[in-house]
Amino acid sequence: MAKIWNAICKVKWKHFVNYIAIGIVGLIFSIMTLTTKLPMSTTVLLETITLNIVLAVSLSLVVGFLGELSLGHAGFMCIGAYAGGIISCIFKESNIEEGKGILTFIVSMIIGAVVAGIFGFLVGLPALRLKGDYLAIVTLAFGEIVKTVLENLDLKVENGFNIRGALGMRTPRFDKETLFIIGFVLVLLTVFIVQNLIRSKHGRAITAIRDNEIAAKASGINVTKYKLMGFVISAALAGIAGVYFSFANYNVKASVFDYNYSIEILIMVVLGGMGNVSGAIISATAITWINTELQTSLTGELAVLKDIIYALILVIIIIYNNAPGLKFFRERFNLRRGIDWIKHKVLRIKHDASHEKDDESAWDRVPTKIEMNEVLSTDFVVVESTQNPDKEEK
Amino acid sequence: MEFLINLVNGLSLGGVYAMIALGYTMVYGIAKMLNFAHGDIIMVGGYTVYVFLNLFNPLVANAPWLAFLSPVVAILASIIVCPILGVAVEKTAYKPLRGASPLAVLITAIGVSYLLQSLALIIFGADVKFVIIADLGAIKLGDLIIKYNTIITLVATVAVMVGLTLFVKFTKTGRAMVAVSEDRDAARLMGVNINLIITVTFAIGSALAALAGVCSLLETPSLTSTFGALPGIKAFTAAVIGGIGSIPGAMVGGLLLGVVECICNSIPPLAPYTMAVEFIILIVILLVKPSGILGKKRREKV
Repeated sequence: MAKIWNAICKVKWKHFVNYIAIGIVGLIFSIMTLTTKLPMSTTVLLETITLNIVLAVSLSLVVGFLGELSLGHAGFMCIGAYAGGIISCIFKESNIEEGKGILTFIVSMIIGAVVAGIFGFLVGLPALRLKGDYLAIVTLAFGEIVKTVLENLDLKVENGFNIRGALGMRTPRFDKETLFIIGFVLVLLTVFIVQNLIRSKHGRAITAIRDNEIAAKASGINVTKYKLMGFVISAALAGIAGVYFSFANYNVKASVFDYNYSIEILIMVVLGGMGNVSGAIISATAITWINTELQTSLTGELAVLKDIIYALILVIIIIYNNAPGLKFFRERFNLRRGIDWIKHKVLRIKHDASHEKDDESAWDRVPTKIEMNEVLSTDFVVVESTQNPDKEEK
Repeated sequence: MEFLINLVNGLSLGGVYAMIALGYTMVYGIAKMLNFAHGDIIMVGGYTVYVFLNLFNPLVANAPWLAFLSPVVAILASIIVCPILGVAVEKTAYKPLRGASPLAVLITAIGVSYLLQSLALIIFGADVKFVIIADLGAIKLGDLIIKYNTIITLVATVAVMVGLTLFVKFTKTGRAMVAVSEDRDAARLMGVNINLIITVTFAIGSALAALAGVCSLLETPSLTSTFGALPGIKAFTAAVIGGIGSIPGAMVGGLLLGVVECICNSIPPLAPYTMAVEFIILIVILLVKPSGILGKKRREKV
């Protein structure tokens, strides 16, 4: 038992676990929909889940790894949705694949990502040069601007597209039964991009900036460049999610992409644990599923109850995870220790350090600023007090 | 003439923004956090006024000479309720996070804002409430109509700004606030009770939010659960434009933003894009002079 466990441990599973899990789930549902038709509600749910996973993982790049707050994620998504819609309409008018083939999707995905990325650059440049909470307010403003501008835009191009202001834009819709397969591919793509970015040199620079901006600057990291890089990639991924949204719906309306949508994505990221890709995937799935379940049971005034619970969850989780006063409690009761306890006491597996390398700094759990300060400040502690810290305090 | 009308309307709207921006700037300057829930405290102030007006209006209906009483009581009530709420939020949500990363505090503030909005929605419902505090009429100068409410708003804003400046300059608490905003650790070593100062700041900021809610209701009497959200964002924009942390800066930024908004609204092709224009001004200011019009540049310490 123990030998098998250690053999499994030697593979760095945590680098692949996301791909494997998403791949298996995606494959199962794809086979199911291709052989026996899945009910419409399931395919729509899978669509929404994959869409939200893409959004949550891309936002977690900004909130979790870059340490900045973006409140305009839905705005970038909106830009992607309109760009994708325009491309698919043009393809439809030009009689290429009726505007709903794989080629259309790839072309509009690239264009949507590029356009959203350009907007991300324009928004990020003034805000990310500064220290402070400016990005939050600028992205919030950006989301509102995109919404109001597109709601008031009447633009008709002959043999092209037709944007009808608040009514939105009609776009060709993909086949509902198979669209979620593309969704799973997109999720894999997003997770691949984000995980590999974080583990690369650039990603380490990004997390270094989050942990201590001045120290990162002193180490020769170009702070603005790396902040912009993270933010633009996140915006481009949100643009891809927008294109996906436009393919999933007959009509793209700007009013869908409002402030509340951005907050909902933020809740997914925070609930999953900031700076944790797997957590973002799990919480996005859970919240989307719960939302769909509640949509039918909670109606009218009661629908607000959901928002109250989400807001409370947001506040409680942030306080629990970040409050300096709760540090002791946090170290005592956490999931990692719980798993260790089960391993040691219940399964009686002895800890084997042979497969652990020295440089295996967990990339998904970069030390926070407080931990770093402790590491850095050990030099100043007197030797006697490090041996018996408890007595010294008493 | 049309320009003059826009200017007057803009100044009155700007007065409201300035009042909110003063609260933002106080909290940001001293607690070093962006209080996203500020706009929703305005909304709570508005609903308090609504509740107390409804309570007192039947009482004074039989006695017309007491009619002035119900608005006064309602305004006083909101000035009492809002600081209590602000301090409660500060103690429960923000105080445990003192010393944590700014991102955590920011997300908590958003959570609190979302919570207050949802609570208001579930308690008072989604329908628009019309709250008429007082209708005092207007002065007519030819085509130019100036409402007394506008004058009240402007006078109140200027008075609050002057009062705050004097308070910060000449009282012991005010000096302590400046000390905390300059260097928190040094202030603690000098014997300043930091937690108390931050609590007082939140109380003052929330009282300003209550006043802003009243002024806002004087301008536009429709009240919903998102009543404070958009003015809150705009007022923060105004505070950044004027220079965040600076009291006169908040005033200048607020008035500027109000005038720009009214001028944009009077030009038909530009009217739907008023918000875009305002935020583009913000982005330009951040690019050209990030410390704002009246803000001071601060050096960063390791």
